[in-house]
Amino acid sequence: MKDGAHEVTVEIKNADGLHMRPAMHFVDVASTFKSDIQVTHGDTTADAKSIMQMTMLAAACGAHLTIRARGPDAAQAIEVLREVVEQGLSGEPSQAADERGDG
Amino acid sequence: MEIRKGIPVSPGIAIAEAVVLDSKDWRIPRRAILPSQRDAEVQRVHQAFTDALKTLDTIEDRQTVDARSIKDIFAVHRRFLQDSSLRRRITQYITDELVTAEYAVSTILRDVAMHFASFKDRYIRERAADIYDIQRRLLEQLVGRVTAEVEHLEREVVVIAHDLTPTQTASFNKTYVRGFATDAGGRTSHTAIVARSLGIPAVVALEDITSHVTTESTVIIDGNRGVVVVDPDEATIQEYRDYAERLHRFETRLVALRDEPAVTRDGVHLTLLGNIEFPEEAALVKERGGEGIGLYRTEFLYLYGGTEPTEEDHYHAYAQAVQAFPDRPVVIRTMDLGADKVPSTQRPYREPNPVLGLRSIRYCLHHLSLFKTQLRAILRASVLGDVHIMFPLITNLQELRQARMILRDVMEDLDEEAVSYNPSMPVGIMVETPSAALTASMLAMHCDFFSIGTNDLIQYTLAVDRANEYVSSLYSFADPAVLGLLRHVIHDANKAKIGLTVCGEIASEPEYIMLLLGMGVRTLSLAPPMLPEVKQIVRSVTIEDCNDVARRVTAMEAQRQIKNFVRAAAAKILPEAF
Repeated sequence: MKDGAHEVTVEIKNADGLHMRPAMHFVDVASTFKSDIQVTHGDTTADAKSIMQMTMLAAACGAHLTIRARGPDAAQAIEVLREVVEQGLSGEPSQAADERGDG
Repeated sequence: MEIRKGIPVSPGIAIAEAVVLDSKDWRIPRRAILPSQRDAEVQRVHQAFTDALKTLDTIEDRQTVDARSIKDIFAVHRRFLQDSSLRRRITQYITDELVTAEYAVSTILRDVAMHFASFKDRYIRERAADIYDIQRRLLEQLVGRVTAEVEHLEREVVVIAHDLTPTQTASFNKTYVRGFATDAGGRTSHTAIVARSLGIPAVVALEDITSHVTTESTVIIDGNRGVVVVDPDEATIQEYRDYAERLHRFETRLVALRDEPAVTRDGVHLTLLGNIEFPEEAALVKERGGEGIGLYRTEFLYLYGGTEPTEEDHYHAYAQAVQAFPDRPVVIRTMDLGADKVPSTQRPYREPNPVLGLRSIRYCLHHLSLFKTQLRAILRASVLGDVHIMFPLITNLQELRQARMILRDVMEDLDEEAVSYNPSMPVGIMVETPSAALTASMLAMHCDFFSIGTNDLIQYTLAVDRANEYVSSLYSFADPAVLGLLRHVIHDANKAKIGLTVCGEIASEPEYIMLLLGMGVRTLSLAPPMLPEVKQIVRSVTIEDCNDVARRVTAMEAQRQIKNFVRAAAAKILPEAF
């Protein structure tokens, strides 16, 4: 399954939904993977590495996001991003994510 | 080929490649590019993103921001500037629509912002403001690069812009800028003044010229007839070359007048001086036969470089101009800027009506250290020649007294430091407000000369913004109200036996010279390129004729009637000039 597609659906648990700081954190983490990653919320699908598109998802608390990844590290990406969402997108883009995200 | 008509504000013909300057503060017009320019435009977008990110780094480093909200804003901007999907939308737009990088950036980011603003979610709606900030950051980079190009030119160009600001024109490499064409502006806008002082053609009020010219298009600017030709064909270029040649021959004849005196046919001597903006122009005044500097605008010192000028900056600029005229008058006008234009202004002055606000002498009287720095430099330069000092925008006697008192303070400081200066340096004022004109007899007792600044006098008397296309037709020197004030000032200056100069743009309008002479004006200060033509007019008239023109104008009621009458009178004397 090296280059296969992976997919997971998760529920947003933090009160503010996918607002700016959580969204930045999510994008930063997604950007560390080589795979193409897409996030679908309702009718809208966004590139997980684009802050512009992720902002437009308008995903509030309780929303279900479907994350799809295709590429060499797809499985790992899905696993990590699921954790990010489930752990409540707890806010602060971490120092580590900042460094990775800048690449 | 496209021909557009505007207002000619500085004579001459220029044929050159265009550089189009957009403004981050103005709507970016849609401008087409050629398919061959596509890759370069896309590259400019990538460069702008990279540079904007670098700028963000510098700002963050410098501010050592701790406030979490500010850090968040920067973080958001950074993520957007790194967003390749946003970048791709912009470059795709350029490729599909063949438009400039500036237009693509402004359009796409506006779309994104408007999309965000349409969400119900408050957090997303608020992101619209961030998007506009990012748009501004990118445009700053794009426009900044083009401006830098004009600063470091190595080929001849004409500059096309919405409007030119003093900061922009101060940084141009003037050796290679051959002409200006702008969307906005009027006869006395900054663009016009700079073009005339540089002796290059300019056409303004073209409305949307920036949408019709692409960088690298060839453009003809006809500053005599107010015509701009975009992408001219060969025949048109040839026609304009011939026309420029004819004009050049006429000018050569005028330049031959340089060493002839400015004396009327019935033997009355006039003094013709030059208005300058930069010290190098003093040489141009001399070359064109001027007998001194009647108005040395010193604003460039404050506009160039972005920091407050030092006393040495002032001194060198003044010494350089005085060197060209060691034994002739050089009238230095103190800083004449609005608070919003002074780089060192710490507090942001938000004035609802800046023309009636804290500007010019008022600003100086509020910022004594800035004012005293300039006064010290002028006083030090006063020993090098016949330096005069002039205070702008005086509206009452109190201000003149205050300014003179500060000048005396500075003299005392120099005495203490044993620095030499000319203690009897003539002190004059600009008469450019109705209040100064109406109290001229009082003001005349407290100064050595008046210089009538017609541009502002007209603006304040008629309550017309000269750069506003909707009302600019009301702006006229030939208005009976303006002429009435002028008669008043001339009368009071003569009665008090003090000097009187007219230094506004009017002094370089050929059609008004006879009227000014007839009203009793004997010293004119004007844009250097116009000196030969005005001298030619002076040498072609008699004071008798001029007095007659002035007398008949007194009885006329309408601005248009006066204007037509003086124009006809002047055309009879020097038909080639009209």
